[in-house]
Amino acid sequence: MSAIVSQYTKYNHRVAQSRATSEALWVRYTLIFITLLFLSLFLFIPLAAVFTEALRRGIDTYFAAITEADALAAIKLTLIATGIAVPLNLIFGVAAAWAIAKFEFKGKSFLITLIDLPFAVSPVIAGLIYVLIFGLQGWLGGWLSEHDFKVVFAIPGIVLATIFVTFPFVARELIPLMQAQGKEEEEAALVLGASGWQMFWRVTLPNIKWGLLYGVILCNARAMGEFGAVSVVSGHIRGLTNTMPLHVEILYNEYNYAAAFAVASLLALLALLTLALKSYVEWQSAKNAADLENETKE
Amino acid sequence: MSIEIKNIKRNFGSFSALNDVSLSVPTGELVALLGPSGCGKTTLLRIIAGLETPDSGSIHFYGEDATGRNVRDRQVGFVFQHYALFRHMTVFENVAFGLRVRPKHTRPNEAEIKRRVHELLNLVQLDWLADRYPPQLSGGQRQRIALARALAVEPKVLLLDEPFGALDAKVRKDLRRWLRRLHDELHITSVFVTHDQEEALEVADRIVVMNKGMVEQIGSPQEVYDHPASPFVYQFLGNVNLLQSRVNAGYAKIGDIEIAINDHLDTQDTSASAYIRPHDIEVLRIADEKNSFKGKINYIHAVGSTVHLELERADTKTLIEVELSRERFNALKLVQGETVYLKPNHLRVFLQNTH
Repeated sequence: MSAIVSQYTKYNHRVAQSRATSEALWVRYTLIFITLLFLSLFLFIPLAAVFTEALRRGIDTYFAAITEADALAAIKLTLIATGIAVPLNLIFGVAAAWAIAKFEFKGKSFLITLIDLPFAVSPVIAGLIYVLIFGLQGWLGGWLSEHDFKVVFAIPGIVLATIFVTFPFVARELIPLMQAQGKEEEEAALVLGASGWQMFWRVTLPNIKWGLLYGVILCNARAMGEFGAVSVVSGHIRGLTNTMPLHVEILYNEYNYAAAFAVASLLALLALLTLALKSYVEWQSAKNAADLENETKE
Repeated sequence: MSIEIKNIKRNFGSFSALNDVSLSVPTGELVALLGPSGCGKTTLLRIIAGLETPDSGSIHFYGEDATGRNVRDRQVGFVFQHYALFRHMTVFENVAFGLRVRPKHTRPNEAEIKRRVHELLNLVQLDWLADRYPPQLSGGQRQRIALARALAVEPKVLLLDEPFGALDAKVRKDLRRWLRRLHDELHITSVFVTHDQEEALEVADRIVVMNKGMVEQIGSPQEVYDHPASPFVYQFLGNVNLLQSRVNAGYAKIGDIEIAINDHLDTQDTSASAYIRPHDIEVLRIADEKNSFKGKINYIHAVGSTVHLELERADTKTLIEVELSRERFNALKLVQGETVYLKPNHLRVFLQNTH
């Protein structure tokens, strides 16, 4: 979680390995072999399998599967849920991290626990909570149905569930970063006459931008891939309340493997794209820090 | 008086950081808040700046009550201990920040900002660094940029938190002389916090010695050094020997000797602490009757213009520090291990029961 913070410090200590501190040749090769074996078994082979299965019936079937009406509806719903959940969690995350990192108040550790809650609670439980609150038999169900507003088995429920499970990503990424940076720069801005907004836009945000981007990318990946919580609140109505992961499950259960893997391959592509973006952000932020430090030494 | 601090109190939980502190800083003076760490000096500085709120008490700037005034409206310049330069902005933008965040109607135009920033960078002699970023600067350079940034908003009061604390000894000495000269040029009312007595004595017009959230003494460097008001100030400012003594009717008795102190004339045989500066002790080859005691030279440190001796008193075996000039040292031809006579020329006595 604190990858960005640690990178600031790590980057400059990359030194050539000395003979005195390295292990014997066979130890090193054995370890490398075990790592590669593990990665192949659990990552590379399954990833390759997704794409080969998806393309088994030919490229036409592949495109037919992902352009079919229900598949397009699923993609659209996933994008809507993500498009609402990620910006909201961006705002919540920055606000929460700001409060926790820069202020002292009672109940701070309780707030941190609350932010971590979605990590600790099973997503299925999270989904059930929303059914219990907003479902027809739930606390607010009667009132909601009177006003003809559906939450559970409809888009609002899916958005709520997505927000819940992705809640910690941005905040958790920013808290250690903001704590490490302290609040002196903000105080300096205030003493120089800046308003709260000016301080935030001109000082705080530029300092956390890489960490924030990193958090948003992770949040986005999780929002698109979430299955458990969304599955409980969605009701699996084809073309209406199916997100991409749910659509994959339905197709798979119908023995429509080629189509299932085709949609799954989109999610896999998304994951690869996220990883690439994530690596780029990490590399950029580390480079920024390192550039400055290197120039100092000249 | 440009800053008037009245009865400030501040507690952090059960810890009393400031306990009824009152202080006034005259216009144009450079004042040092001096004290050990945890004495409340930084808290006081932050309260003056508005970064911290006092539990009770008031602060007046030029006669106006500023206690409840927002930080950004106080018109103070604050130099942070670790400079707090904006790391993602160039040196130029750092200095320009205070001008750029002004409301539209008071904000100078781009050409004016440029002129002012370069003027300030020239003032701190770092105009050539305008395009660099803070992490690319040395500690001393960062310090001066932080100062230029603070001065950009034309503050009425300049506050500096341990301004030289993070610098190495050589840079620190240069920079504090430079700060003194700068202050003489600008005449801006300034308060700086330090735990380094040498720094306070050299730079400040006036020193406020603080301890445990209270002001122990306020005075010019010479006043606080020559006439410390309390045992704490004696010990904190400069080296001092602490000797157990008994005071009786205007005389202090230390071991076998008795010294007239022109004080405590009515006191009858009370135990007291006698404070003697190392340079107020004269080293003699021949005993001066009732005025000197015997000591053995344990150690001679003879680097520089003054020679430091560490001696052991013959009667109580306690250690005594003495400083004497090189000429005097050479004239006496002192060697380690020999026994000499020590005559206190000036001492200050604090009765035990009052402190």
